[in-house]
Amino acid sequence: MSSSRDAILATIAKRLGRGPLDETAREGLRARLRGHAPGLIPARAQVPHAEQLVLFQEQAEAVAASVERIGGMADVPGAVTDYLARHNLPSEVVMAPDASLDAYPWDDKPTLQIRRGATAGDDLVAVSGAFAGIAETGSLMMLSGPETPTTLNFLPDNHIVVLRAEQVMGTYEEGWALLRQSGPMPRNVNFVTGPSRTADIEQKIQLGAHGPRRLHVVIVGPAAEDE
Amino acid sequence: MERTTRAFKENSRAAVNDAHLQQALSNMRKGFIDKRGKAVGKLPEFEALRDEGRDIKAHVLENLDFYLEEFEARVVEQGGQVHWCQTGAEARETILAICREAGAKTVTKGKSMTGEEIDINPFLEANGIEPIETDLGEYIIQLAGEPPSHIIAPAIHKTQDDVADLFVKHHARYGKTERLDEVRALVDEARQILRQKFIDADVGITGANFLVAETGSTVIVTNEGNGDLTQTLPRTHIVTASIEKIVPTLEDTTTLLRLLARSATGQEFSTYTTFSTGPKRPDDLDGPDAFHVVILDNGRSAALGGEFHDMLRCIRCSACLNHCPVYRAIGGHAYGWVYSGPMGAVYTPLLLGIEEAGHLPNASSFCGRCEAVCPMRIPLPKMMRHWREREFEGRYSAPAVRRNLGLWAWLVRHPALYNRVTGLAARALRLLAGRRGRLSRLPLAGGWTASRDLPAPEGRTFKAQWRAGGRPGNRR
Repeated sequence: MSSSRDAILATIAKRLGRGPLDETAREGLRARLRGHAPGLIPARAQVPHAEQLVLFQEQAEAVAASVERIGGMADVPGAVTDYLARHNLPSEVVMAPDASLDAYPWDDKPTLQIRRGATAGDDLVAVSGAFAGIAETGSLMMLSGPETPTTLNFLPDNHIVVLRAEQVMGTYEEGWALLRQSGPMPRNVNFVTGPSRTADIEQKIQLGAHGPRRLHVVIVGPAAEDE
Repeated sequence: MERTTRAFKENSRAAVNDAHLQQALSNMRKGFIDKRGKAVGKLPEFEALRDEGRDIKAHVLENLDFYLEEFEARVVEQGGQVHWCQTGAEARETILAICREAGAKTVTKGKSMTGEEIDINPFLEANGIEPIETDLGEYIIQLAGEPPSHIIAPAIHKTQDDVADLFVKHHARYGKTERLDEVRALVDEARQILRQKFIDADVGITGANFLVAETGSTVIVTNEGNGDLTQTLPRTHIVTASIEKIVPTLEDTTTLLRLLARSATGQEFSTYTTFSTGPKRPDDLDGPDAFHVVILDNGRSAALGGEFHDMLRCIRCSACLNHCPVYRAIGGHAYGWVYSGPMGAVYTPLLLGIEEAGHLPNASSFCGRCEAVCPMRIPLPKMMRHWREREFEGRYSAPAVRRNLGLWAWLVRHPALYNRVTGLAARALRLLAGRRGRLSRLPLAGGWTASRDLPAPEGRTFKAQWRAGGRPGNRR
């Protein structure tokens, strides 16, 4: 333990006029951490699921992402190849080795070349899943992991994210709750809201500063039935 | 960086007369103020969220030692390291040691005000390590050899032409010799050159908007994606952050994030909000092998419990800069150090001492816009007044200023004389102003009237009107 550490902690306690915190106080603060109570949650996204999907799309499109809703899993490969054709891109993608993407019938598009893995920067198009979609601001919640490399979110010029409709939820807090259920914190949680941008030259917004120039979100399936 | 806080007056005069700078600053209203207004208007809960945000940060400051220790314990559990540094010098040495251990030749950097505060770039250069700023604005000013002039728009003082000139000059060594006349082309050229730098770097240094005690996570908020490439591609990730960046839980962080982008750029949410927890896990396909958090005090802990305690709630959104008429007139460089605008006017004396930065808290008309837009409800004008008092008590202000203030203080303590003098002055000024009702020259205040007129008093003082039984303003 460094002496600077001790000095900083001692100065804090002294300046706050209380000396080190006693065990009762510390336990109270630990309970606050364990409770991790949410604060005020905006009403905007606390709506039925069908409206959350609409809100997600509006918010994502407002920040220059494109959003496409398709009927079922069988339509996913076609959505990807259509996107590539629309933007005159070669029929090659790097795809996250994410088991949830295996559910889509990629063999239906035999001309689509798929490499599974991370990227070192020489791929034009990445395809990945997402942990959740956050309707409040049209944000994608992406986790790092053996099946979900972070580089796919940032290096390719085009990023296609496929998520099932039931993965779209209202607020970040719902995302945190789901993450706590699903396991420990990964190295990265990335909230991605639209494609990369900069306004550093005369405050003129340009897309594709260092990250993707385009972000395309494919939402699979209908809204969940609300009770 | 070279410190010119003492030359604030000269800097300001030069800035106001710099037509080029004035042109660059003229975009601020459209770029920041209008956008913030719209984003806030779309979120009915915004004011209530400000209260919650203020309370979260206030709670953290009251228990800062506990939360710092919790944060450290969580980082270590995840395989990261925390380095506590009391001074900028200690932080620089710590960062250099980590870079050397990593065998670093080049270091990419995400935007970090702490990095500016400890002046890390020249130090690394002097030790044979090349630092490369990757935020486009920071990259531009690094090429220009200048410090940032704004927290979130560091190159706001540069025009498109300036950037084109800088790129022609500095990109020739990459074979780029054409002068580009479109913003798009400039952005693309920087993207191309920096892409290779991201890939080649041995160490990536980012700042942190928040440190989460619950999980040991560091949080960065960017729009370009440069911060994420900086911290994902190299083998070593170093985070530099000051002690007050701590927030208890992920939910508390979320509340503050709802305030940050709206206050800063008028976005609902920044493009990339990234939580980083420890180095990459054993089976991860990418991410750094080593994760270090350098926590800097640099005088902040000594400010706890005093008049400037609440300043440590600041989340560096820059809303106070954007809305400050003084900042918009002179830009950030005139303030002479890392932090500018109203937050800089309070923060800089805290870190450098009032004897170094006494002019800064005097650079305010107390219009109050800074406090009105501060998401953390920091009473910035009140704190500037506290600094002015300290400056007076410490005898750091000019002798003439102290003499006049002393005279004034003596006068107000003698009410009968005060009433007579102010009554005479009010009448005299009224007469001098004539029918115009304004004075364009005033004895002993030539500096004040050099750039504006003084509206003349009504002829009778407030107290005189009050005594006469009428409410001032209700003329009978």
